[in-house]
Amino acid sequence: MAKLSIRNVLAGASLFAMALIAGGANAQQVTLSLLVDNSPEVLTRFEALVAGFEAANPDVNIEIETRPGGEEGGNLVKTRLATGTITDLFTYNSGSLLRALNPGQFMADLSNEPWQADVQETFKRVVSTPEGAIVGAPFSTASAGGILYNKPVYERLGLSIPKTWDEFLANNEAILKDGKIAPIIQTYKDSWTSQILILADFYNVQAAEPDFATLYTEGKAKFATDAAALRSFQKLQQVYEAGLFNKDFASAGYQDGIRMLATGEGAHYPIISGALRAMGATYPDQLKDIGYFPVPSDDASKNGLTAWMPQALYVSKNTPNLDAAKKFLAFVVSPEGCEILKSTGGGTGPFLVKGCVLEGAAPAVSDMLPFWDSGNNSPALEFLSPIKGPALEQITVSVGSGIMTAEEGAKLYDEDVRKQAQQLGLAGW
Amino acid sequence: MLLVKQLVTMSDLSMTGLATQRSTPRPRFKSGGLYPYWFYAPAAAIYVVLFLLPTASSFYFSLMRWSLFDATFIGLDNFAQFLREPFLLQGLVNTLTFAAISASLKVVLGLGCAVLLTSQIIARGYLRAVIFFPVVVSTVGVGITFTVLMHPTEGAINQALAAIGIVGPDWLTNPRLALISVALVDVWKGVGMATVIYIAGIVSIPKDYFEAARIDGASKLQNFLYVTLPLCRPATVTIVTLSLIGGLRTFELVWTMTRGGPGFSSDVIASVIYKQYQSGFYGLSTAGNVVLFLFIVLLVVPLTAYFNRREGHE
Repeated sequence: MAKLSIRNVLAGASLFAMALIAGGANAQQVTLSLLVDNSPEVLTRFEALVAGFEAANPDVNIEIETRPGGEEGGNLVKTRLATGTITDLFTYNSGSLLRALNPGQFMADLSNEPWQADVQETFKRVVSTPEGAIVGAPFSTASAGGILYNKPVYERLGLSIPKTWDEFLANNEAILKDGKIAPIIQTYKDSWTSQILILADFYNVQAAEPDFATLYTEGKAKFATDAAALRSFQKLQQVYEAGLFNKDFASAGYQDGIRMLATGEGAHYPIISGALRAMGATYPDQLKDIGYFPVPSDDASKNGLTAWMPQALYVSKNTPNLDAAKKFLAFVVSPEGCEILKSTGGGTGPFLVKGCVLEGAAPAVSDMLPFWDSGNNSPALEFLSPIKGPALEQITVSVGSGIMTAEEGAKLYDEDVRKQAQQLGLAGW
Repeated sequence: MLLVKQLVTMSDLSMTGLATQRSTPRPRFKSGGLYPYWFYAPAAAIYVVLFLLPTASSFYFSLMRWSLFDATFIGLDNFAQFLREPFLLQGLVNTLTFAAISASLKVVLGLGCAVLLTSQIIARGYLRAVIFFPVVVSTVGVGITFTVLMHPTEGAINQALAAIGIVGPDWLTNPRLALISVALVDVWKGVGMATVIYIAGIVSIPKDYFEAARIDGASKLQNFLYVTLPLCRPATVTIVTLSLIGGLRTFELVWTMTRGGPGFSSDVIASVIYKQYQSGFYGLSTAGNVVLFLFIVLLVVPLTAYFNRREGHE
């Protein structure tokens, strides 16, 4: 009897203590966890956003966790989703990479948030589930894929911006003949950069065949057999065979590429305009020397930009603090949020929230604006179709290093795409 | 004594899982044995949970196309797809090449170092420690370090070569050379282990043989060829088996140094499977692991049986 009563007292005391703790938390603070990648740009931006938000909402406390970027970070997010240990809020890619996560299962539906009215339509489409629920909020600028070039080099050699692929090759020959610098920068140590020339050529593919994305998703159009799509692979093979790359293309990395472009060691860098942001961090004074033009087509009348939609901010479906999390999203897309976004860089293209307009952009971003405004642009294929073959970067390294021909690469990529489509359970594969 | 026996059966159990049924009846100790069978339970539980269940479920999941939460039964499609993988064959050839280079160089260099380090030389103990040192360093650390050292223009290796007027090759970025470079690093890392095994082998050779050889007037070379080499055979067998198995499973060095690149040129089976997992092809990569498992079993079980039989005769 005596034992029992002691046990009861203990149990009662611990219950009371727990109630105290829980009650205290309810009355004062909600803590949200936020997982972002550890690139300096993203981290600075979220530190500023969180500071601004916490100042306005003293009852909510946001703790930032970091993860690596790229494949490794993607694996980490996938694992944490699968094991139910994901943070309340997290950032991840939009488009096909998001689709591969099965977003309807893990992410809270944000379709009915009032701020959705201010978000660009194209962006909403790439952060939707197959069932049509919108699950993401923008915190970054859209980007353009294409060629970033060094303007002083163009001035010195009297070159003009190429409108066709042949003019582009002619410019490269002129730079090669000059003999001082590499005409085209390639950086295969970071193998993802090797895909950009092909991916950014998609405006030209869809200009030639407007239905390509739909037919490709249905399994009816293939890279190896579609002339316009195969042309993208051939362009890569052509520039490799012409010997236009920097000597150390196989061992150079993304940061090396940015250095070469900024310092004029290389003339052209086929890359996504996110590189401008990275350059702003390491070579801010050289940003004014960098211009942009899209990957040229074979037809001078067709000239347009291939757009990349940025990462988005998502809310876990299982968060106990859904309201607080939604409040943070509303802050990010609000005018105050916009001020913070603008002050923390973002010079890669337009913001995706209406009314949030970038001022004093870098020249390369200004070069893009006519394409954004005139509608001469298309989202990259990975945003129009849920399928992107995961081995593309190894294939483009192979084609860009002369290990494979364009035809072999395209054929191999079709095989890779088929596996991805089957994994996604799409009809017709 | 009984306790030792018990321990042996316990470890037998964790090797085969079926030892309780297979083992021949032992003389019971007094009434019904001192240790009841349920003493096996903890080891058996760990073995079942950590080995049997995952193995069984991986066979099951290799028949599914599954993502984070749902799974569809697709029969043997994953296996068909895996065996059709365009780079599987090359990965297989690369794996065997890697294992062969690594095993053979470790035998040759390990024996050489062991002969040197068992002779009367200055600072023998120190040199033994030095040659063993790479074995205890983390493989990932070694991979990253050598990636820097093997950089074609800025790496220490090629700069050293340039200083004596040689243009060094692109160790890791030349598609023909990348795999060999990685295998060489594996040899650097593993030769210490081979040396230690050989030292043990050489030291255990009875002195009588060398004495007899000396009386017969054998030269140093003859000593090595006709005494040391044949009597080191068990050590050679151990090293070949270990480095062959290690070579077949190799992953960390390849992944940290080349990620299977440039393109696909240094992919080994393990990196092919890892990339499939990374791409979210979970069913496919599980099927790949089942295939790898069967492949290693088919290769290693007869090999071990063969070597065991040979050792039994000696």
